[in-house]
Amino acid sequence: MDDTGSKVGMQRNVQMVLRVNGEDCDVSFAPYKTLLEVLREDLDLTGTKHGCELGECGACAVQVDGAPVLSCLVLAVECEGAEIETVEGLARGATLHPLQAAFADLGGAQCGYCTPGILMTAKALLDAEPDPSRERIREAISGNLCRCTGYQQICESIEAAACEMRAEGSDAKVNSRGKA
Amino acid sequence: MSARDRFDVIGKARRRVDGRAKVTGHTRFADDIVLPRMVHAKILRSPHPHARIISIDTSRAAAAPGVHLVLTGRDFPVTFGILPVSLDEYPLAPERVRYVGDPVAAVVARDEQTATGALDLIDVEYEVLPTIATPEEALARPDVRIHDYNDHGNIHRNQAFEFGDVDAALAASDHVFEDVFFFEGNTHLPIEQHAAVGAVDGEGKLTLWSSTQVPHYVQRQMARVLAVPDAHIRIIACPNGGGFGGKTDICNHEAVVLKAAQMLGRPVKICLNREEVFYLHRGRHPVLMKFRTGVANDGSITGMHLQTLLDGGAYGSYGAASTFYTGALQTVTYEIPRYKFEACRMFTNKPACGPKRGHGTPQPRFGQEIQLDKIAEKLHIDPAELRLKIVAKPDTLTANWMRIGTIGLAECIRQVVARSDWTAKHRKLPSGRGVGIACGAYMCGAGLPIYWNRMPHSGVQLLLDRSGQVTVFCGATEIGQGSDDVLAGIVAEVLGIDPYDVRCVTGDTGLTPIDLGSYSSRVTVMMGNAAIQAGERVKAQLAAAVAAELDSIPGRIVFAKGRAFVADDPNKSLSFREAVVAAEVKFGTIGAVGSYSPPKPPARYKGGGVGPSPAYSYTACVVEVDVDAATGWIHVPKIWIAHDIGRALNPVLARGQVEGSVYMGLGEALMEEQVFRRLPPKLSHALVHKMPSMLEYKSPTSLDMPEIDTILVEDPDPNCPFGAKEVGQGPLLPVMPALANAIWDAVGVRIDELPITPEKVLRALALKAEGKTPRVGPASFPDVPYPDPMIVPPPWEGGDGNAVDAPPRRTARPKEPATP
Repeated sequence: MDDTGSKVGMQRNVQMVLRVNGEDCDVSFAPYKTLLEVLREDLDLTGTKHGCELGECGACAVQVDGAPVLSCLVLAVECEGAEIETVEGLARGATLHPLQAAFADLGGAQCGYCTPGILMTAKALLDAEPDPSRERIREAISGNLCRCTGYQQICESIEAAACEMRAEGSDAKVNSRGKA
Repeated sequence: MSARDRFDVIGKARRRVDGRAKVTGHTRFADDIVLPRMVHAKILRSPHPHARIISIDTSRAAAAPGVHLVLTGRDFPVTFGILPVSLDEYPLAPERVRYVGDPVAAVVARDEQTATGALDLIDVEYEVLPTIATPEEALARPDVRIHDYNDHGNIHRNQAFEFGDVDAALAASDHVFEDVFFFEGNTHLPIEQHAAVGAVDGEGKLTLWSSTQVPHYVQRQMARVLAVPDAHIRIIACPNGGGFGGKTDICNHEAVVLKAAQMLGRPVKICLNREEVFYLHRGRHPVLMKFRTGVANDGSITGMHLQTLLDGGAYGSYGAASTFYTGALQTVTYEIPRYKFEACRMFTNKPACGPKRGHGTPQPRFGQEIQLDKIAEKLHIDPAELRLKIVAKPDTLTANWMRIGTIGLAECIRQVVARSDWTAKHRKLPSGRGVGIACGAYMCGAGLPIYWNRMPHSGVQLLLDRSGQVTVFCGATEIGQGSDDVLAGIVAEVLGIDPYDVRCVTGDTGLTPIDLGSYSSRVTVMMGNAAIQAGERVKAQLAAAVAAELDSIPGRIVFAKGRAFVADDPNKSLSFREAVVAAEVKFGTIGAVGSYSPPKPPARYKGGGVGPSPAYSYTACVVEVDVDAATGWIHVPKIWIAHDIGRALNPVLARGQVEGSVYMGLGEALMEEQVFRRLPPKLSHALVHKMPSMLEYKSPTSLDMPEIDTILVEDPDPNCPFGAKEVGQGPLLPVMPALANAIWDAVGVRIDELPITPEKVLRALALKAEGKTPRVGPASFPDVPYPDPMIVPPPWEGGDGNAVDAPPRRTARPKEPATP
């Protein structure tokens, strides 16, 4: 163990359980680390990206208790007990989430670097508003910078996914009623 | 080039082959790489814009807990540079720093935090030198030299060419228009910050993973800097999280981590923070330019004299090429029978400028297209009509000996005019609203490589085996533009298989044939042609084997839908896998290579190697604006853009490139600027970046983007794979001038410099209200000591592509630089 005197307090790791993508993860990390750093460096969830680490670009957005959060501005120690969702948790097994499929099919992802943050932001939007207008979509992702697409194909991808998810939702209702 | 016009893959809108990885977080960018025993590097940067290093004391940092290594300029005696003519950078400055942010020392430690902390323990003593802040200052102070390898003062490059007697042409013209424009510098701002990991493998050889667009050039320069044979260095270009030209230069930090890995025998990673990315820069050059253009009453151009002055920043970078590019492509859009071009690049104490999307050409395009608008206004010709009248002709040479092949510009103009309802809008919208039009052209790959050689610009290798597996290897680099998708799509089309069944191995100098890199919009054309050649060679082997199996002849075997058919008897067929098995039985292991070199350029004068291309793409754009006269605020409701793409290989990606270009162009037009300020004298008075953060460096968000109507004009070009031209850069060029022209239409003021901010619009409106010339822009062009021009008669004045005042160039032999 490190024994450099007064610095020990800062250097000593904290140990806690973080709930990420529905899994309880027992993780030990330095207490000053951001959620972004713990996800990427201690939990090997490198799908979450960083473009500034100052809360300016939105690349590091994840969901915390259903809300889109910039993981570079949150200390991981604040997230104990919260439901954290990252891009790695979007797909169900081999099946892509409708947002992922739409982004891949419709040009929503070019270099793919801002994509995880935008996917998580868009998912939070669609979870709250299943049928958002183009204007609402533009507002929702306005904190996520993308240098490749010009945003148009991103908006179209979100709209297509929303449409797909509404259809899935009504299918699911029909199915459950059918079963009942 | 296939003569077919019906395709299974080409032209179909489909998911890119790497799309799934990008939406699941699987794509491994450089900073996602984690290796056992990996340590972390940080770089100490100069706080002074120009200073001599008196001493560096690293002892305290080296002794700090957790620090493994401290490097300084003493560890790097050899310079590097992307161009052989300006090998003027050290990985760490040995005795002189030239901009705030210039790397001075590096610490390698157990983690980033420790490395960052130890930077404070390095003691550097500087002797501060006078700062050169602008090109004008650089001209006025030749005594304060930023470099000493250049011929004179702070002039980095100085060029002059005259293609026909322009003064005589202007004297005989009905009108001469003289205008000065300024294009402010701006930066790429890729969302991914540059990262690199250096490592030593079990044999003691070096591997570097990096966010680079040019792994081949990085390999050459790392070999030079580290004095290791090229073959012992493997560069793996990770997929780039955006490049736009910002990852096309050799980076200090790449040499630092590779050297540190070599010394420590363990992996070393670095990831620049956002502020450092602003210092690395290599972005758009600020360019001041003056156009003198002769015009006949009917609008035809009689001659053009263009002068440019580039603010190069502290190092050469791509600057020698950038300097040429501020003039080389001015002639490929419209008929310009005589052309004089003078360009000068100055060193200043700021981060080095280099290539950003459009490399050197958006600046003069901005000037030329605004000047055309002024010409149209004066001659009472509709600006769209004027352009249609003077559009360059296909299969011609330009005054400066560029060969134009196909040109779809007229159709692009007609498309945006029709779609935007131009005729009903131009000069007819209510005050405050307006439309503007502009065009542009760009090359599909540079005709010559960065270093002189006669080898292919792109190589592709195919490997097939009895499992039916197809693997394609190419050095091209995926930077988001979709180069892997182009590669897989072309191979799949040739072999009649599904692109998702092609495995791409790209951007790895240890495994892949050389491709020069993802720059100058060269990948689709060069890699694509090489891929077709490799694919056709493999197909010939498969066809021979299949023909033998099916009692037919190879010429009758058709590959489609994952099968090999006999053309006139479709009941006879093999699966693709069976075809490969048959071929492997008949010929042994199945594979082939393909290569591509561009056609020999017609220009033979020195300097004529910058600008030639296998093909040029063309774009026309209409921008509509809504200007608030009270605030100067510019709202852009809609943009129409038509791009002559030859053929869209995957329309989803092609459209994405056009819209991304419009976005980036709009950012440059309205807000993006890489600018500098002086710290207060009581601090250091140093020249510092005004706003090295994403919050302060404004770029458009989703809320700022207009609706974009994208039109792809398809007229296949015979030099291009399946006819496909570039689409990644050209569509950016017309956006800025079209916006400036729209502001003129809306409120009757000319903003002759970028960015066009509300403040400038208000200033121009105030001038208008006072009855003064309603223009904001540079007042004059300085007296630049250009050299005597090289005289090259244009093709129609009896020239042969050589200069007449210089001895004809002998055919140079390819020369390898001496091993250090």
